[in-house]
Amino acid sequence: MDSSQLLGITTFTYLFASFLYIATLVFRSNRIGAVATWFTAVALLIQTAGIGLRWIESYRMGIGHAPLTNMYESVVFFSWTIILLYLFIEWKFKTRTIGAFAVPLGFLAMAYASFAPINKGINPLIPALQSNWLLSHVVTCFVGYAAFAIAAALGVMYLLKAYFGSDKKDVAGLLPPLSVLDDIIHKSMVLGFIWLTAGIITGAIWANSAWGTYWSWDPKETWSLITWFVYAITLHARYTRGISGKTIAWLSLIGLLSVIFTYYGVNFLLSGLHSYGSS
Amino acid sequence: MYKNNSLWQFFASVKLALLILFLIAVTSIIGTVIPQKEAAQFYVANFGPTYARIFQILDIPDMYNSWWFLLLLFLLGFNLIICSIDRFPGVWRQVKSDGLAVPAERIRNMSTAAEWQVDRPLADTRDSIVKTLAARGYRATAKSAEESTILFAQKGHWTRTGVYIVHASILVIFVGAIIGSLGGFKGSVMIPETMSRDKVFLFGNKGTQDLGFSIRCDDFSIEFYDNGMPKEYTSSLTVIESGQEVLAKNIEVNHPLKYKGITFYQSSYQPTQDFVIEIGLPDGKTRKTFLTPFQEQIEWDEPGLQFGVINARVRGQEIVTAKLWFSDGNDSPESIWVDNDKPAELERESGTYTVTVKQLYATGLQVAKDPGVWWVYIGCGLMLFGLYVAFFMSHKRIWVLLSREKAGTAALLTGSANKNRPGFEKQFADLAGLLKTGERDV
Repeated sequence: MDSSQLLGITTFTYLFASFLYIATLVFRSNRIGAVATWFTAVALLIQTAGIGLRWIESYRMGIGHAPLTNMYESVVFFSWTIILLYLFIEWKFKTRTIGAFAVPLGFLAMAYASFAPINKGINPLIPALQSNWLLSHVVTCFVGYAAFAIAAALGVMYLLKAYFGSDKKDVAGLLPPLSVLDDIIHKSMVLGFIWLTAGIITGAIWANSAWGTYWSWDPKETWSLITWFVYAITLHARYTRGISGKTIAWLSLIGLLSVIFTYYGVNFLLSGLHSYGSS
Repeated sequence: MYKNNSLWQFFASVKLALLILFLIAVTSIIGTVIPQKEAAQFYVANFGPTYARIFQILDIPDMYNSWWFLLLLFLLGFNLIICSIDRFPGVWRQVKSDGLAVPAERIRNMSTAAEWQVDRPLADTRDSIVKTLAARGYRATAKSAEESTILFAQKGHWTRTGVYIVHASILVIFVGAIIGSLGGFKGSVMIPETMSRDKVFLFGNKGTQDLGFSIRCDDFSIEFYDNGMPKEYTSSLTVIESGQEVLAKNIEVNHPLKYKGITFYQSSYQPTQDFVIEIGLPDGKTRKTFLTPFQEQIEWDEPGLQFGVINARVRGQEIVTAKLWFSDGNDSPESIWVDNDKPAELERESGTYTVTVKQLYATGLQVAKDPGVWWVYIGCGLMLFGLYVAFFMSHKRIWVLLSREKAGTAALLTGSANKNRPGFEKQFADLAGLLKTGERDV
């Protein structure tokens, strides 16, 4: 059994988990819900084992490093943080309906990792990436990205309910109350904002120790700052101008677009210091 | 009063802050799409003369240092300062406010409340409640009237300043950036092996900067992985100050050398057309290193040797093998192919010579002095701390109204928190339970 098999299995278990959560929502069944939770938790364990094994495999190859160094590995880790964070939210807020929107994001990330034409090999690290800051930089950024992804999933739920929620019989009627959604969107954004801040800071410290410049307006840096501004604006709008509801839900989607562009678009469309991510 | 001034109101408004943040975010995109700091011809070739002209007028080729972008950053800082001056006094009043000054009527009307009766005198009840609160980290103060006493205790009153800690941290980072750009420099230098430099070239064609000491590259090497990817670039550097070697260090990417506030980063390398030839005499002891250009003859007088590199095979710019011409004056000269940087032996009548021929490399160093970087780091730490305080810590206040009854004392516990009310309600319920049972146990 090697790591790529475990991660391949993860892709399909997340797909099945997504169906389970959607069934939970549609049939309003707590029994299916309990199965969905357990199934997702086991899938998360398999993925954790896969990531851990990949780490060990890199040491066996004599090029040991944390499995966070190319697009494939980062997407796998992104999926892992989304699911972990989702399970935490399910436990904390005692609601499974979010799973029907968040778990598919974890699946989509794994599906992209598995089926997109990207390099899935374990590669040695180029000199610039050989740093202790690698781990803390990538982990902080991706916890932030995962929180923003979940905020956006909640934003979709909010908008569905707000625009189509009049009839109690349709799917919108199955979703949690708008005030609850609004509250969790806000909390996810706050969490994401703090971790993104930490991610930008660890990146700046790393850049300074590698190149002597903590900030060089490289496209990736600039886009991470743009994303930071989007969420800073959102949080200010909510705190000081009392804006909530639909506007914040839309902003959660705009924020995620900015995250995706920072993470993905910059690597493929623009050039810069982070170009290793395109391999 | 300055606060009624409309200009002040303008700069103190959150609307302006949101507008500036929005403008910075949107304009920042330009520099990620249009390549920065290219030569003027680049923009003409890629965007046409008209756009190139417009870019030049608007400083687009170096937009993050343009007057208008710096003005936006300045406005953000200015807006932050005015907003803080405008709002901080009010927040500080809340931090300093005395809970005992809150009218009893308002305390009674608070929604988070618990009531109970005890059959003990007021003073006893008060003392035991003060003790229980102290055990929970609430230091209570009291205000007593004839028939009643008000107790007040609070936690985290300072956390109301969290938002201002975050705002101040941004200003600290700005200060660090300004100190860095005024008192520091950034540049680069290429140093061929065995040579030293005491100046670096500043970025942006701003001339040279004297280091105040010189730095020598003793050796440069590249290590490769089995698959051919570069594993490590290493330069052995020596700092020489007033003729003395004061510091020697091998630097790698991510592991720079720092001396007198100036840091040297491994950033590039350049193979040259020159060679370093090391000759060991047959006695096995005497060795000497020579620096020579391609196809030039070198002499080592004492043992009477003449040699030089007469041919080379290259891969890209890198020498794989070099052909060494060698004469010791005794028998006929000879030429041999030697691998780059691998010791080889030369059998002569006079004995066995060891020779190493190595292509000369120059190491490319990025050189930076940034006296503001610690300000920036302190600002960053302050920002994370401030965000945690602003979002996760709350100001919790608790009042206990005790009034003398015929058969003992009536107690009313109320409380409020400025954030995370559900969390506070739970703590409040715990505390209420504790205070009630505490009364019975004694």
